Amino acid sequence: MSNLIDVVNLDASPADLVLPDRVHTSLYTDPKLFDAELEKIFYSTWVWVAHASEIPEAGSYKSTFIGKQPVIVARDRKKQVHVLLNRCRHRGATVCEHKKGKTNSFVCPYHGWSYALDGSLRGVPHPESYGDCLDKSELPLVSLRVEEYAGMLFATFKDDIEPLTDFLGPAKKWIDLFMKQGAGYPIKVPGEHRFRFPGNWKIQLENTTDAYHFPLVHKSFLSSVDEETLKLFDFVEGPGYVEDLGNGHSVMVMIPDLVDLEADLDRPVPERFEGLAAELRDEGIDEQQVRRIVRAVGGSGFNLNLFPNVACSMAFFRVLQPISVTETEIHHSVITMDGGPATANRYRLRLHEHFQGPMGFGTPDDSEAWERVQKGASAGEDLWIMLNRGLPGEKPSEDGLVSDVSAETGMRAAYQQWKKMMSA
Amino acid sequence: MNLHTLQEVTAFIWQEGDMLDHGEFAAWLNLWVEKGTYIIPIDPREEDFENSLNYAYDDHHMRTLRVQRLTSGESISTSPQPRTVRSLSTFRILAQDAERVTVRCAQNLREFRKDSLKHYSADIVYTLVRDGDSFRIERKLIRLINSDDTLAGIGYIL
Repeated sequence: MSNLIDVVNLDASPADLVLPDRVHTSLYTDPKLFDAELEKIFYSTWVWVAHASEIPEAGSYKSTFIGKQPVIVARDRKKQVHVLLNRCRHRGATVCEHKKGKTNSFVCPYHGWSYALDGSLRGVPHPESYGDCLDKSELPLVSLRVEEYAGMLFATFKDDIEPLTDFLGPAKKWIDLFMKQGAGYPIKVPGEHRFRFPGNWKIQLENTTDAYHFPLVHKSFLSSVDEETLKLFDFVEGPGYVEDLGNGHSVMVMIPDLVDLEADLDRPVPERFEGLAAELRDEGIDEQQVRRIVRAVGGSGFNLNLFPNVACSMAFFRVLQPISVTETEIHHSVITMDGGPATANRYRLRLHEHFQGPMGFGTPDDSEAWERVQKGASAGEDLWIMLNRGLPGEKPSEDGLVSDVSAETGMRAAYQQWKKMMSA
Repeated sequence: MNLHTLQEVTAFIWQEGDMLDHGEFAAWLNLWVEKGTYIIPIDPREEDFENSLNYAYDDHHMRTLRVQRLTSGESISTSPQPRTVRSLSTFRILAQDAERVTVRCAQNLREFRKDSLKHYSADIVYTLVRDGDSFRIERKLIRLINSDDTLAGIGYIL
C-alpha cells in the first residue's frame, strides 16, 4: 500500500517525514521532534510576541512565551520596544509574573536585583560583598532582536537571519489589507480568549487554512447566524482560493468580496448592518465613514497564516504557543477600532464572543476536532497525514502557488518550511 | 437579617441551577426578563462588561441561540452532552428594595464528559426582579475564579 512505510524509524531525517502531498504521523507524536522544533523553528525564526497596541505607553509591558521560554515585551521611556528573557541574571527567577501592566522597572523578588525597561541591570542590593567582581553592564536581562511590521511585533533569538520584512515577503500586502478593518482608526487589541487543547501545535496551524472543515465542524455556528451571513460563509464551493506565499506563509481567501475593505464603499449597506449603520448615523458620523465602518466591522474575508505562530484570521489575531508535543495553547485576540465609535466596537466584541472562546459557538468544536486528531494519531504510527487536497488544480501564482479555497496548499506551504528549517 | 427574602431568593436560585443541570432549557429561558443579560467576564476587575471582551455576554436572542446549539446535536463538542452537577451556597443579599434583590452566592460545578471530570468554581451575582410571588432574572454575572487562566471548552450553561 502506498500510504504505508515499512517501519517507524525514529532517527529518520525530518526531510523524509515530509513529502509533497503528506506528512508522517510522528510530526504530531514524537517528543524528540518537538524538542527539535523548539530549537530549529521557534528559537530560529521570527516569532510573534505582541501587537503594538498591547503595550501602548512608555512603561507598558506584557509577558508571554517564545516556544517554552518566558519573555517580557516592554516599551521603554523613549517608546522603544524590548523583548527580554524573563529571567534574573543572578539566580534565574522570573522578574515579572503579571500578564500585562505598567511599570518603571522589573525587580526580582528573590534578592531584589532591578532592571530598567530596556533590560539593563540598574541596582543590586548590598553590593559591598561583590567587591569589584560584579560588572552590572555584563548582566542585563537578555534582550532579543525585535522588529515590527504594521503594528505586529516579532522577536527572534537569531541576529543573523533576514530582516522581518524579508521574512514576511508577499505576506506584507495581506497584512496591510487586514489592517483596513480599523476603518481608518488604528487597530487595537483590548483582550483575548485563551485556551489549551490536548494536541500538537501543527494541528492548529493547519486549521487556519482549512476551509474544508467549516460547514461540518461549524454547523451549529452556521445555524445560529442570519441568512446573509450564512450565504457569506458558504464558501467551500465558491470562488475563493488558497495561496502559498513562501517561507511557510499562506493566505486562504474565503470571501473575495471582503479582501479590500476600502473598495466598493458606494454599495448599499447590507441588511444585517442596517441597525448599526442607523446608530452610527445618529451619532453624527458622515455617510462615507458609516459605510467604511460597516464594511470593516465584520472583519476581512481571508485568513493569513504566518509561520510559525500567528495568523491574521478574518477579524482577530490567532496566536499559538507549543506547550508539549501533545499540548498547545491558543490566544484569540480581539480587534477593535482605537478611538472608533463604541457601538461599532461593541459589535466586534459580541462577534468575537459569538464564535471564539471556551463558550463560543465555533472554537470548542474546532478544539474537539483537533483533540480527536491527536487521539487518532496514536493509532497506526506508520501511517501518514494526507495533505493532497487541491493538488491537481494547483498552479504557479505571482507569489507562489495557488489552488481552490479548500485546497491544502497552505498546509503544504507550512510543512515545506518545516522541512527546510528542520533540515538546516 | 431578612431571612424570608433570603429563603425566597435561595429557593429561586436553587431551582434555576436544578433546571440547568437537568436540561430544562425552555423553562430556564422563561426565568429571564426580556432585556436580561447573562455575563461571564474574563478580567476579574472588569465592571464595564458591555464594552469589553467576555466569555459570554448574552441577551435574550443569544441565550436562545445558545440553548439551540447545546441541544441541536450539530456541535461535536456538546455531543455527547456534558453532565453537570452544581452546588450553590453562601447566599448573601447585597441590596434590595420593593422591586429588586441583588444576591451573591458561590457555585461549585462538576462536569463530566468523555473520560474527563472538570471543576469550575464561580462567584455569582444575581439581580432578581420581583414577579408576583417569585422572581425573574435581570442579570446573572458569573465570575469564574480562574477566568483569566486558559480554559477548556464549556459546553453547557454555567
